[in-house]
Amino acid sequence: MFAMADMFEIFQKFRGDSVVIPGRGAKHWRKFSDFPQRDVPLGDPAMGGHSSFGMGLALAQPSERIVLFDSEGDILMNLGALVTIAEKSPKNFYHFLLDNECYATTGGQPVPNAKNVSYAGLALAAGYPNAYSFDDLEDFANNIESILDQPGPVLVAMKVFPEIENLPIGQRPRFETRSRDEILNDLRNELGITR
Amino acid sequence: MAGDQAGILSPETVLEELKKNGVTHVVWLPDSETNWLYLLMKDEPTLDLIPVSREGQALSIAAGLSIGGKKPVVLIQNTGMFEAGDSIRGWGIGMNIPVVLMIGYRGYTRHGFNRDSAATFTEPFLNAWRIDYYLVENDEDASRISMAFDDAERNKRPSAILIADEYHGFN
Repeated sequence: MFAMADMFEIFQKFRGDSVVIPGRGAKHWRKFSDFPQRDVPLGDPAMGGHSSFGMGLALAQPSERIVLFDSEGDILMNLGALVTIAEKSPKNFYHFLLDNECYATTGGQPVPNAKNVSYAGLALAAGYPNAYSFDDLEDFANNIESILDQPGPVLVAMKVFPEIENLPIGQRPRFETRSRDEILNDLRNELGITR
Repeated sequence: MAGDQAGILSPETVLEELKKNGVTHVVWLPDSETNWLYLLMKDEPTLDLIPVSREGQALSIAAGLSIGGKKPVVLIQNTGMFEAGDSIRGWGIGMNIPVVLMIGYRGYTRHGFNRDSAATFTEPFLNAWRIDYYLVENDEDASRISMAFDDAERNKRPSAILIADEYHGFN
């Protein structure tokens, strides 16, 4: 396992002008991102939907590289999304998975069968052309550039240290300074979307 | 046949309305009524069909498409709408997505007496989610489809079309 912050620090070097949906890694990603207009920290509109949202955005903007940091709890809620993503096969979609083996935001309860699931295996079985698993940061660092250079969809499952939160939601520190509407407007302005 | 038939809703009419309203993507899961519409849609070059395996995925896909500048419609049955409830709330309403939900009104009999609980709960569900909806029973109701699209764009939130011709229009 490795720390999310360390992973994002490495990823940032290869980010280029990718649109990044940081998911549950948003609080770390914002420290490294130098292109916030292309960051889409949505929070949690409804669990399980990030992978489908990312695919939709990738299909709508095929000339942009869309990089999503999903989580295993979310993807398990909508495993069927993997087959839709594989069928539509957006070449510009890069599907990273932050697998901390637990539901960190609700106190760290284990995800079902957390230590025995191969999310890369699930993606390949669903029809993804490529998928990778990393539990070593150096290994990730040595491969991230080539992964981002190949056509998507690609799933990259990463074992990360859990960062368990036990405070009531209303007492948790807020780190995002923009509203969701502002985030989406910034992105649409950046991409020249007028519709 | 259950209930009276209020006329025929043809899939050609529905397709024309989708094209008239500039729909680019149909995010959908088949039901017992939509096969003939599917056959038309898949041959329509202006439409990209995105199949989902469970209806909750449809709203988040639609959100991504819409934010990315496209105009999706979600085509599901009322049973699937129930399943998609939290996704409608979070990805549709919460993200202010102007998407039309084209909902097959399984069990609708036009008289309020339903043998199918899917019909019993359809309108209360939409009212609970505060989603405007437009009943389309036959070709003469086609203009309501455009009304639903105008509603969604104006209010920047989902609206719904209830497709009530269960037994004749599409099959």
